[in-house]
Amino acid sequence: MIDAKRRILLKGSLGAGAVGVAVGAGLLAPRAVLAAWPEAAFKAEDQSTALKDLLGSDTIEDSDKVKIKAPDIAENGAVVPVTVEGEVDDAKSISIFAAGNNTPLIASFEMSDSAVPFVSTRIKMAKTADVVAVVQTADGLLGASKPVKVTIGGCGG
Amino acid sequence: MASNIKIRAKNSNGVTTVKSLMSHVMETGLRKDKETGEPIPAHFIQEVTAKWKDDVVMTALWSGGVSKNPYLSFKFNGGEAGDPIEITWVDNQGNTETGTAEIS
Repeated sequence: MIDAKRRILLKGSLGAGAVGVAVGAGLLAPRAVLAAWPEAAFKAEDQSTALKDLLGSDTIEDSDKVKIKAPDIAENGAVVPVTVEGEVDDAKSISIFAAGNNTPLIASFEMSDSAVPFVSTRIKMAKTADVVAVVQTADGLLGASKPVKVTIGGCGG
Repeated sequence: MASNIKIRAKNSNGVTTVKSLMSHVMETGLRKDKETGEPIPAHFIQEVTAKWKDDVVMTALWSGGVSKNPYLSFKFNGGEAGDPIEITWVDNQGNTETGTAEIS
């Protein structure tokens, strides 16, 4: 009798454990909550694949309407301040890439009609590389890049 | 739970600038524990939604490449002193947090 109960208890906790692992591995909860999170784009190991998956195209027109503010030299790659501004009227989104990272897509900001095309945040950079900003407009993608020298990488700790 | 999102919002000449600081480890999933060598599981904010009154002004989609304890600033047209700003994040482990502030 005691043995039988123990078995049920074990079975129960094993089942719960499996669900816990699934949630922890990002298999269950995030999908349910965040249907829109573009997993493939964020896991892409090159910028072109990430862009195609995220915005449907990797054709970027270099534009001086896209302004990137980032330090020339970042002493700590774990915290690199980046500000992006798009001098356009119809920006739909702003995406930020760190070209030297394993998965270059850092963030994408979807703008509502009232939003001003401006974002400022802090990103991690694995090594010296370009920070690339892409502003999505009705007419296509406008981009700019800015080299940042990283003296201590941000992904190793 | 008390909110860990700090928000400052200020309107100037019709444009509201919002600055916010969130409290989060932002683990990429690529790092290893220095002592045990075990990989540290990914734990980062995936989505941040910013609202002015009931309107979503901006939705940010993030990877673990955003720095620990993320800083986020954005701007929008409109907003008056006293209007509520609400920022909500959801991370890859299903945790969520919301912070609110008034435009000053």
